[in-house]
Parts: sequence; structure tokens; C-alpha cells
Amino acid sequence: MTASNTRPGTTGGADVPGPLHGGPDDDYTPEQLAALPREELDRLGARYDGVEILHVEPGPEPGSALEKRAVRQVGTMFALAGLSAFAFVVVYAGAGWFLPNWEWQLGSSTWSVLYTPLLGLTMALAFTFFGVGLVLYTKKLLPHETAVQDKHDGSHFDRVTTGATLVGGLHNSGLKRRKLITRSLAFMGGGLGLMLLAPLGGLIKNPNRGNPLGTTSWAEGVRLVRDDGTPVRPGDQEPGSLETVFPAVPGGNRQTDAATMLIRLRPSQQADASFRAGQEDFGYGDYVAYSKICTHAGCPVSLYEQETSRILCPCHQSQFDVTQGAKPVFGPATRSLPQLPIAVDDEGFFVARSDYIEAVGPTYWNRERI
Amino acid sequence: MARTATAPGAPKTLAGRAALEVDDRLIVAGPLRRTLNKVFPDHWSFLLGEIALYSFIILLLTGTYLTFFFQASMTEVVYDGSYAPLRGVEMSIAYASTLDISFDVRGGLLIRQIHHWAALLFMASIVCHMLRIFFTGAFRRPRETNWLIGVALLILGIFEGFAGYSMPDDLLSGTGLRIMSAIILSIPVIGTWAHWAVFGGDYVGDLIVGRLYIAHVLIIPAIILGLIAVHLLILVKQKHTQFPGPGRTEHNVVGNRLFPTFAGKATGLLLVVFGVCAGLGGLVQINPLWLWGPYNPAQVSSASQPDWYVMFLDGSTRLFPAWDIYLPGNYNIPALFWPTVVLPGIIFTLLLAYPMLERKLTGDTASHHLLQRPRDVPVRTSLGLMAITFYVVLLLSGANDVIADKFDISLNAMTWIGRIGLIILPPIAYVLTYRICLGLQQHDREVLEHGIETGVIRRLPHGEFIEVHQPLGPVDEHGHGQLAYGGAPVPKKMNQVGGARRAIRGFFSPIEEPRAVELEQRGEERGLAPADPHRELTSSGRPSEGGRPSEGGRPSEGGRPQEPRD
Repeated sequence: MTASNTRPGTTGGADVPGPLHGGPDDDYTPEQLAALPREELDRLGARYDGVEILHVEPGPEPGSALEKRAVRQVGTMFALAGLSAFAFVVVYAGAGWFLPNWEWQLGSSTWSVLYTPLLGLTMALAFTFFGVGLVLYTKKLLPHETAVQDKHDGSHFDRVTTGATLVGGLHNSGLKRRKLITRSLAFMGGGLGLMLLAPLGGLIKNPNRGNPLGTTSWAEGVRLVRDDGTPVRPGDQEPGSLETVFPAVPGGNRQTDAATMLIRLRPSQQADASFRAGQEDFGYGDYVAYSKICTHAGCPVSLYEQETSRILCPCHQSQFDVTQGAKPVFGPATRSLPQLPIAVDDEGFFVARSDYIEAVGPTYWNRERI
Repeated sequence: MARTATAPGAPKTLAGRAALEVDDRLIVAGPLRRTLNKVFPDHWSFLLGEIALYSFIILLLTGTYLTFFFQASMTEVVYDGSYAPLRGVEMSIAYASTLDISFDVRGGLLIRQIHHWAALLFMASIVCHMLRIFFTGAFRRPRETNWLIGVALLILGIFEGFAGYSMPDDLLSGTGLRIMSAIILSIPVIGTWAHWAVFGGDYVGDLIVGRLYIAHVLIIPAIILGLIAVHLLILVKQKHTQFPGPGRTEHNVVGNRLFPTFAGKATGLLLVVFGVCAGLGGLVQINPLWLWGPYNPAQVSSASQPDWYVMFLDGSTRLFPAWDIYLPGNYNIPALFWPTVVLPGIIFTLLLAYPMLERKLTGDTASHHLLQRPRDVPVRTSLGLMAITFYVVLLLSGANDVIADKFDISLNAMTWIGRIGLIILPPIAYVLTYRICLGLQQHDREVLEHGIETGVIRRLPHGEFIEVHQPLGPVDEHGHGQLAYGGAPVPKKMNQVGGARRAIRGFFSPIEEPRAVELEQRGEERGLAPADPHRELTSSGRPSEGGRPSEGGRPSEGGRPQEPRD
């Protein structure tokens, strides 16, 4: 390692450590260290790290019944872990080879249902046996020692000397005096910061262009169709029933804000039905159509309880009364479900008379202004 | 006696020579020795944070595996995989590829379910870890930075989890995303602009799954990983806290060295955490999204709940009254804004600021490395219980439809129970906790002053019956104990001070002679040296753990923490 080396490319043989070299190597010569037993060396090193080993309770006596027992336990755990791991591999690789196929089939045999549970079980057993074996090893076979490590507070010396280095560097840079540099640096920092943030501007889009939140695909003469595209005519529904309808436009049944509930009121419901001001004629006979998108958080309100005329949103349990213009009667929703004005076209199918007259879905800051 | 080397500087074994070669180049022997010698205190509650770390490792491994198969695209395709009931159904590629992971990738369902379970465990262990830190005062100076990082990790974990379960684009996750869209829209002034920035337009667009994906697999995990690294570095630098006890001071750490004891136990725990997650992932179904079907804005299933760590926000949203605020100029602040943006904002700000608030209010600016027992800080403990009560009401309200269904309670009644409970239960929890803390404190002092109740009744010559008390240490002329309370558990049963023979070791059958144990015990009574005089330093002091708690408070030295003995 350190034999005098005068070959080209070396420092020319100047192989003498400087005056700051040293530390514990000066206190202990290799000969002294070589004479120390391993336990002493361990404690010596620990002491240099601020650790004092107070007490060591040795593990079980070698060859004792206690040790044999512990070794047997730990060995069993490790063996079981290995067994489980191999079982995992056999199940994983063997399925579809010498074991039945693993792929899940509708109404399939028990095997494909058991495949994932078996994998999970064998993997869990492998890890857990390994872990338990390791803990048993530590607890039953390793010596128990109690060590104390010193906790040092910050050193005043370190603070003062580090401070001197930092302040010295700052002083030497002369930034305090060279105002032109600090000012131009600040200017540049601002510019660079803005420049690096600017590309995020690509994310920004104007939500107020064309009122996308306030309009849907519903328009005058657009038919009300079911999810499968079939149009609806009066008399298709039982009184008291609800059907989800969509605008008859391409992709209308997947639009996020167009889903509408077409409800046929029972005569008793119709008798005491009330509507929002100016919307008394939005229905058609005993049919009314309300937006399915909750005015609270936008979930589709879906659960219609005929007896109470209430529609429940399963997300936050807002409840709307269809006989009162779909007014919210319980829960966190604040606004009625918007009502779609409907009529019947020449062929006798339901059509919308216009788009919703207000924005459907959740409330937002400038909703009333659009 | 074993020697490291027989000649100076010349290791003889192959391993020794290899180590020398390595150290010649990297000079790692010093730092390595310091690391191996680092002392870790021994208490079960210090392992909660480790569980979080290990479940994060599981998340990284299983998550990387899942990216091999998951495709974050919202392009519509017609499903043609092995899951027959959905064949021919239109769905996004994201959902189809998640179905493929579940049905067409060998062992893919196992990995997907392990990933989901590990995420739940990650969040749960973070919360438990945080509660431990809170109630024992481990966040006090100098550890405020690590508290802040911890809260940041909790918040990031919530976002990471939300992004993760929103990506598959099934009916449940789509419903969650719809609510998130409404939450963003509800922010005053910038709501619609923020929504257009996040979703790239009106809900739902075709960008959001891709954006959630990159946030979920790169941006948030990278920040979490970086914060965990800083968290651990600060921990190593500041060293562990420890509970007060004999030999434990503000200036030391008593416990086991990293190598081999602590490393053995920690690796064992890591493997057990792996095992538990694998078992859950294989045996306990989680998020069977093939049953939900692809996302459809016009459909929803009842009992749509988020994962548990978001459920408190679902609960707050259900409980908050229908209060839209209308402002002049036809602007309004939606009711949704308060429970979903303002409330978590307040909760997490308070959580972040708590160490600074407590420092300010108590004026305690000193550095602390010894932990407190919750009973000794009744105000903090009561505040914590109050916060937990508030949180649990929100959490249960997030499932109030399921509770209403299963227990046949009116759904509206559940909402009102939640609304009223949210306001009146936390103060009740505060008062009760405060009283319990004071009672426990008082009992500690009582035992220190009067001794342990022995259950032995004695009749005095004049006929009075008294119960004999066993003092824990020296007594004054009135028979009152002179020990001061030192912040450590006080033994309260005779068995804890050696009143009964210690249990004979062995689980199914004894592994030691009962006679030998009795002899040992008698020897101790006669003042002979016990087998292991220093054990009480690490044990809880219970005889079942081999401790000798008659010295637990070390009466002769006042039970206060002392300088370590040699």
C-alpha cells in the first residue's frame, strides 16, 4: 500500500502524512491493537463513538438444552419459510403446466378461484416465518446487551468557526459593497424564476369561453332517448317510475352533464305537485324531467323512493322532492335539480323544448352570472 | 481468545483482505463503525414509523410492477379480455388494462391487492406514528422539523392515495373524481380556472387519468421519498427520544446497538409487515373493480366510499349544512367549499403549527429528549383526544349510509347524530380525558407516598382494621414515602415489585425447573445478587419481561433519571 513508490505519475515518493493526520491511529499502534481481544476492540471502537456497553447478558450456554431448543425453533421457522416460498413458486409456475389453469373463468372450478389466495397465503407464510425466525434468533440466541450512547449538544466551537468561514467567504466576495452585482443578481433571479414557471402557463385555459359549464347538448327538438338509443313516448312508463334519458346526439349517453331523469308522477303526486316559479309548464302531462347531476358535488342522483317522492344522492345523501320542483329537502345540497322543459314531437316521442335554463351540476363562483 | 489479526495490518482471512481492499479505496470503516454502534431505544411504539417505512417499500416495489401493465389512457376501447361479464363493453384503456392486471397477468391480482392494502397500511401507520409522537411530546424542540415533515408526508400520502385509486377509471373512482372536480369548482374566484388547469377543460376531458398517473408514479412519490430521506437523516442526527427510566437522561440514549440486535429485530419486523401485506393481498379482496364496471357519469352505486384516509372529508361533506353564501354581484361561495377545502386546511394548519403553538403557550423552549407520559401533560392529551373524537365522528359519518343500512337507523338521523356529535362530543372528550389524566397522576403520587396496596388486612390492638401498604422506598417518621415522581411508570401491584415468584419460562411446557426459579428467588430475598442486575434498563419493568421493577424507580436514588452507571 504505502511502500515508497517512485514510478512516474506518483507524487515522487512524498509519502509522509501531514501534521493534521492522526486521530486514534496515533493513540494505538497496530501492535497494540493486534494484542487486544476482539471484545475489547469492539468496546474500544464503541467508546470512540460515544457508546458505553453497560452490560452484556450472554446468550444461552453453547450446547445447553436451552440453546438446542432455541436453535431448533429458529431453524424450524427458516425451514418453514423456505418451504412456503417454494410452495409459492410451485403454485405460481405450475398453474397451467402440471396444475390446472390459473385464469379465472365464469362459474369456474375451485382452482382458479383459489389461485390468488394460495399465492398470497404462501407468500405471507414465507415472509412471516422468516421474520418470526429472525426475531426469535435475536431474542433467544444473541447476547442481550444494554448500551448507552451520549447525546451531544451543538458545539460552541463549531458554531463560531463555521460562522467565521461563512462570513469570511461572504466578506471576501465583497457583495456588500458591490451593489451593482447584488442588484443585477436580484433582477436576474426574478427573471429566471418567472422564466422557469412560465411553461406552466400551458395548463391555463379560459373556462369562460363559450359557457361550457352552463350548457349541455340539450336543445329544442332533441329527443329524449334511453341509454341504448331508443326514444321514449308517453305511456311507456308506469306512473311513479323513473327512467334515465339522454339527448339524442352522438355520444349523448356518455356526456358528463346531460343525463336526465324522466319521471312519471302518480296521480296523487301530480295532485299536490308544485314547481319553481316560471317553470310550471316545463313538464308534459304527468311527466317531468330533472337533471340527474346533483347540484352539490355532481354525483348522479339515483335512488328514487316512490312513496316519499324523494330522490337520494348516494354520495352525500342530499334528498330532492320531485313533487316540489326537485327542491333539496335534506342534506348538503342547496339548489333544486334543474328542470328540462319537455314536449312531444310530431311522431309522438319526447323532445326537449330547449337546453336547461340554468347550469347543471355543482355550484361555482360565478354560476349566477352566466 | 479470538484475535482480529495476528500480525499488524495483515488480515489473514479472505473476507478480511477484501474488507481492507474496500476500505483502502472508500475509507468507510469509521462511518460504518459509527453506524453499527448507533444505539436505538427499545420500545414497541418506536416501531410504528418503521411500519410506515416498510409499507412504503412495498408500495414502491409493487407499484413499479404494476406500471409494467397499466396504461394511463382514457381512449375508449371495447373490452375483449378474459373477464367474460364485461366482454364487449366500452371502457377506457385505463380500466381495461386494470382488468388485464387482475385477470390476464399471472399473479397480477395479488400484486394489485398487495399494493392497495399496503397503501392503507402506510396511511394507518403514519397516523398511529403521529399519535405516538403527539401524546409523548416527541415533537418538542429540537424535533419540530421532523414533525413538519411528518405532517407533510401525511398530506402527500392522502393525495398519493387519491391519485392512485382514481386512476383505474372504474365507476367508483370516477365518482370520486367527479366529487374532486366539484370541490375544485367550489373554490371562490379561481375555482373554474383551477378546474380548467387541472382537468384541461370541462369535466371529465381525456387528460386527467394521464395527469393523475404521472403525479402518482413520479411527482408525489419522488417528494415522499425525498422527505423520508430527510426525516431519517434528521432522526439519525438528533438521535432517538426515550421514555424516562433509570439511567436515562436528556444526554444519552439507552438501548441496543444497531448491529446486530436492532438490525435483527427491524429486519424481522420488515418481513412480518411484508407477510401481513401479502396475506391481506392474497386472502382479503380489496377494490374488486370488475364488479363496479367502467365509469359512466350517469351511474353510481350506493355506499360509494373513498379509502379510509379520505373518508373523514366525505363525512364532513355529508354533515355540513346546505349553506351557500351569496355575495353582491351574483357571486357565491358554494356550501361544498367549507367542508372540503376550508376544514382540511384548518385541520392540517393546526397540525403543522401545533409544536410552535405549544411552545408559545407553555413558554417551554428547552430541548427535550425524554418523552412524557400522556397523563403528565393533561392539556395536550385532552386536546389530542378532542381532536381524535372530532376526527372519528367525521370518519364514521363518511360511512353513515352503511351504518344506517346495517343497523336499521334512519339515514337522516345518522346525519343529525353526526352534526350534533361533531359539536358536543369533542368537549366531552376533553373534560373526561382531563379528569382521567389527573386521576392517574394522583394515583401515581398516592402510591409513591403511601405504598402499594398489599391486600393484607391487619387488625390493630384497639380493633381498627387497616390495609398494609408496601412502601416503594425510604419513609419519613409518619410512614410517608419520600420518593418524588420521575415521569416513569410507578409499580402499583405487589407482583410488579417481586411479590410473586416470577413466571416460569416456556410456552407449551416449562423450559426451566420450577425449583431452580424458587431457589433463585429466595437467594434474591436474602440479598444475593440477582442474575441480571442491569436488565431493568431496557425492560418495561414487568417480571414477565424479565425486569426487576422493585428497582424500577430505584427508590434509593429517588426514582429520577440518573447518570449511566459503569
